[in-house]
Amino acid sequence: MKISSPQFKEKSVIALADPRLRQALGQSRKGFVNKRAELVGELPEFERLRDEARDLKNHVLDNLDHYLERYEAAVTAAGGHVHWARDAEEARCIILNICQRVNAKTITKGKTMVSEEIGLNEALEAGGYTVVETDLGEYIIQLAHEPPSHIIAPAIHKTKEQVSELFEAAHGGPRKSSVADLVTEARLVLRDKYFQADVGITGGNFLVAETGSSIIVTNEGNGDLTQTLAKVHIVTSGIERIVPTLEDVALFLRILARSATGQETETYTTLSTGPRRPDDVDGPEEYHVVLVDNGRSKMLGGKFQDMLRCIRCGACMNHCPVYGAIGGHAYGWVYPGPMGAVLTPLFVGLDATYDLPNACTLNGRCESVCPVRIPLPQLLRELRHMQHQQGIRPQGEQRALGAWRFVAERPSLYQFANRLAARVLGRLGGSKGRIASLPFARAWTDSRDMPAPEGKTFLEQWQAR
Amino acid sequence: MPESRKAILGQIRSALRRGPLADACAAALDARLPTHTRIAFTDDPLARFIARFESRSGTVVRVASLLEVPAAVETYRQQHGLPARAAIARPLADLPWPADFAHHPGPAGKDEVLSVTACLAAIAEMGSLMLASGPDSPTTLNFVPDHHLIVLHEAQIVRDFEQAWALLRARPEGLPRATNIVSGPSRTGDIELTIQLGAHGPRSVHVILVR
Repeated sequence: MKISSPQFKEKSVIALADPRLRQALGQSRKGFVNKRAELVGELPEFERLRDEARDLKNHVLDNLDHYLERYEAAVTAAGGHVHWARDAEEARCIILNICQRVNAKTITKGKTMVSEEIGLNEALEAGGYTVVETDLGEYIIQLAHEPPSHIIAPAIHKTKEQVSELFEAAHGGPRKSSVADLVTEARLVLRDKYFQADVGITGGNFLVAETGSSIIVTNEGNGDLTQTLAKVHIVTSGIERIVPTLEDVALFLRILARSATGQETETYTTLSTGPRRPDDVDGPEEYHVVLVDNGRSKMLGGKFQDMLRCIRCGACMNHCPVYGAIGGHAYGWVYPGPMGAVLTPLFVGLDATYDLPNACTLNGRCESVCPVRIPLPQLLRELRHMQHQQGIRPQGEQRALGAWRFVAERPSLYQFANRLAARVLGRLGGSKGRIASLPFARAWTDSRDMPAPEGKTFLEQWQAR
Repeated sequence: MPESRKAILGQIRSALRRGPLADACAAALDARLPTHTRIAFTDDPLARFIARFESRSGTVVRVASLLEVPAAVETYRQQHGLPARAAIARPLADLPWPADFAHHPGPAGKDEVLSVTACLAAIAEMGSLMLASGPDSPTTLNFVPDHHLIVLHEAQIVRDFEQAWALLRARPEGLPRATNIVSGPSRTGDIELTIQLGAHGPRSVHVILVR
């Protein structure tokens, strides 16, 4: 997928001025946040489960090579095939080769963020295949030729009216106006595709080392139709999605839906273990898993290992005030919000993603809801530090910080400068005590007044007591 | 790609600053028995299953014996104005179905509107059903028809996931190709987060609970 993260600021400004986006984001986010709070409140065990999930993920990461090997052996024993992909290109190659070998024409897809990460749809389309996204949200944005703007609600930025326009253009009239009619229309259109499909591609929420099963957790049932009706089922998943046993899966099933959509459980949890058995009457004839590294193993053992605990629930973006104001597209790649602001620089480089770690107020809401307790604000601060070390932060900012440090290390100079600034700004504030325009702080004063200091500095007042 | 496998495992080990695990360590990991917190609940598993399943728009009807299942299906069929045909899973094929009721054991085709299946268990914790694929339980019956009727015996209700996994592991033939845990009708919130039933899977999931 193309990276447009360098245009973060321009895209944010456009997003802030888009009334339809504001309407769509406003309605949707409140639902996620309130429903999560309600469900978590009903579960006294929830905080303990978060601790256990964090510890379990750490245990898996510390022994990732072992669990990957066990998983591979179990998949093979069940008649499936495991493929290892170091990067996006290898992953695309593996999948294209399978599609070519089975002479595929139509490929259906359940929702998979890893396939977005490796740019799979573009590669398949360039190979001449017909690719159909079957998750309703993914289908909507495929029609709109847009990337997802949220990892679990890809079309969260679209209003009902926009969906209605897209469907009319794609399916012909008459135009539907109710959500029920729009959902039925998509259901009927996609039903044919499942039955036509040669290859069905899904993601994997969890890969179980014990049994060799891949698990998808969904509400619509599209992933199940995709993998059941195609001749070949291909799972794309990151190497970090391994869990050791079914008991460990149960732990995650207790926190995933509650954190993600604010449901006790999603409608469908499906364990897929190998291809159709000799006496089965349905199910895919081949079962493949593509294990994608693409930068993950490099995060192990370092400052960003905690990020590999992520189970892609989306709670961090649902609770992020920055995401809530600008939506997901401004982030410019596959993963938006706080988890995206950490992952994108690590996956595609610090240079092209300069703004992402800085588009955070460090308010900490993301960390407070993360089911696996990823210290997202700390990781974002770490990225800013790396930007500083690599000299890619703006020269002006570096100089200003240098100057501030020079003054701050000299207490009498610092206090003198403070007294001077308090007097000058106090004078500028006039009788209203507010400053309407301030050089060097236009980003603040363009949209609101700066409150002016009143009287003496804190230290002066303290000494006078 | 064998060289990629080697490279990824090598990179993981070098990041973790160690070589492959010693046999004793690997054996200890394989013998690990997780004891995670389970959800404490005091309500009766049967009552909890029904309440949770119905909270997500699933429906439940109770009958006294397996022989009453065809009548319950017939009532459902007439209430919903469905034609007298269905995909009926093999273990239920020998029940006394009405003479004019056409049925086959699956798989379910594109125009299938009604299926009747058995299940492996129901899980009380969140109100879910667990179905194991096989010749007696084709997966298409769970997802293709608009209406999915599931015959469940009271004795099949287990407390939580952990007890359900034990049933899966106890199967002599191992795990099925597909294990479907179904917690209600198909739904989507992808348009303005408005919940709409019947996205791609069944619009209605109806449990016939046999005493």
